[in-house]
Amino acid sequence: MGLAGPRPDAARGQSIGAGGPPPARAEVVVIGAGVMGLSIAYNLAARGMSDVVVFERGYLAEGASGRNGGGVRQQWSTELNVRLMQQSVELCRGFAQELGVNVWFRQGGYLFLARSAAEVARLERNAAMQARLGLPTRVLEPAGAQEIVPELDLTGILAAVFNPSDGILFPWPFLWGYAQRAAAMGVKIYTFTPVRGIERAAGGGYDVVSAAGTVRARRVIDAAGAWSPEVARMVGVGVPTHPIRHEICSSEPLKPFLGPMVSELQSGLYFSQSMRGEIVGGVSLPPTITYSTGSTLRFLATYARRLVALVPRLGNVKVLRAWAGAYDQSPDGNPILGPPPDAPDFYLCCGFVGHGFMMAPAVGVHYAEWLTGGPRHEMFDRFRPGRSFGPDAGAEPEEREDFNIG
Amino acid sequence: MSDRGPAPGRARGKVIVCRCEDVTLKDVRHSIALGYADIEEVKRYTGFGTGPCQGKECHALIAAIIADEAGRDPASIDPFTARSPISPAPLRLLAAIDPEPEGDEGDEGDDDTAEEHD
Repeated sequence: MGLAGPRPDAARGQSIGAGGPPPARAEVVVIGAGVMGLSIAYNLAARGMSDVVVFERGYLAEGASGRNGGGVRQQWSTELNVRLMQQSVELCRGFAQELGVNVWFRQGGYLFLARSAAEVARLERNAAMQARLGLPTRVLEPAGAQEIVPELDLTGILAAVFNPSDGILFPWPFLWGYAQRAAAMGVKIYTFTPVRGIERAAGGGYDVVSAAGTVRARRVIDAAGAWSPEVARMVGVGVPTHPIRHEICSSEPLKPFLGPMVSELQSGLYFSQSMRGEIVGGVSLPPTITYSTGSTLRFLATYARRLVALVPRLGNVKVLRAWAGAYDQSPDGNPILGPPPDAPDFYLCCGFVGHGFMMAPAVGVHYAEWLTGGPRHEMFDRFRPGRSFGPDAGAEPEEREDFNIG
Repeated sequence: MSDRGPAPGRARGKVIVCRCEDVTLKDVRHSIALGYADIEEVKRYTGFGTGPCQGKECHALIAAIIADEAGRDPASIDPFTARSPISPAPLRLLAAIDPEPEGDEGDEGDDDTAEEHD
């Protein structure tokens, strides 16, 4: 089948909060009620700009925001991503109180395992940079990793790196929290309401044609995840990202025993124990460009093989369910943020390569600050749409994020 | 009502509708009232159907409740996406499978939404 288009319109028209038809005009229309779109909408409203409409083609957690593993880590290879994630973790810590919903955030750390000298060198280099930025990341001998997770079989593991302040959360309540609070402040959120076209309005701004009606928006934000290129095409903008299927599975619930998210660099294996007790994880497979959310036996077999080798005691634990979602893969592994040169007032927020969920709390704050007249964060320069995406994209080591795991 | 199974509208007191995850009738109605009224949304908001039986016991009952609340024909409520494996499978069993068998043409897997295939 290859690369399939979006689903046929299923315009059943539900809404979160107020309901009724969308207004004729809005300051901002957000396309996509995933964690990015909702984080931006919530933060806009919290800064007094509540004249915001959000259109979502399906249900709230239908895209990658409802399909990710819930990891929240600050261990990255570029300083900007570390700093963004330090801010995100702080926001996650206060999220339950700020948004009034339990997101089951738990800081059990992230433990990365290296099997080659090159991987050890990468971990050491990253840990030194992270320490400069104030993270308590430390490089460990295998025995040190064993202390943190006694169940690991560390045969062939040369070293590990551990940051105790990384963590995991339960993704779905994050969306409900942002949506309910945004709606309470006046944001209008329409689910099962696809956008069918976007036309430039004569006096500036855009007419966003949705299944529930047309809204004249001063500004439009494309936060449609892996479907962002299709939305951008409606205004004649090309976005160089493509969808990559990523599979995950979850086990029966176990008594809590596993502190950190554990990840093996060589295989891309990662797994953690959710607050419900399930072991949730995935593994790297050769990339498949597709919007398909099908699950494969190849994934389950590869994941189980790697996981049981690393934690033999999990052999008798049963897998309950497997699912998949689409990474929005960008050419240089970094997001694409802001208006493209030829489409003023049309803002991209895409290309997060599987890490959008953890970055959304910080990205939403910076987007809302900028759009309400506040400071423009440096990420809007670094991740601008007009940067080079040619064969040399991300060739400079300080610009290339090489820690996109899984 | 006979084709809808039990009559959830007449139930009294605390009624468990998903025994794996202790989801009550009230939980389901609360989800719908918040605007999470699609069966996929109710599944996520309440957690019904995510336990060991993966909805094999509760699925039809909760679909009937959703139909009742929305005044819709039960036949118009599609089931939520079935997940692999069909029944819980031990990791060591899955680990014994060769993930890349000779001559494998690749495995697209079952899709969440069959109409996506082209």
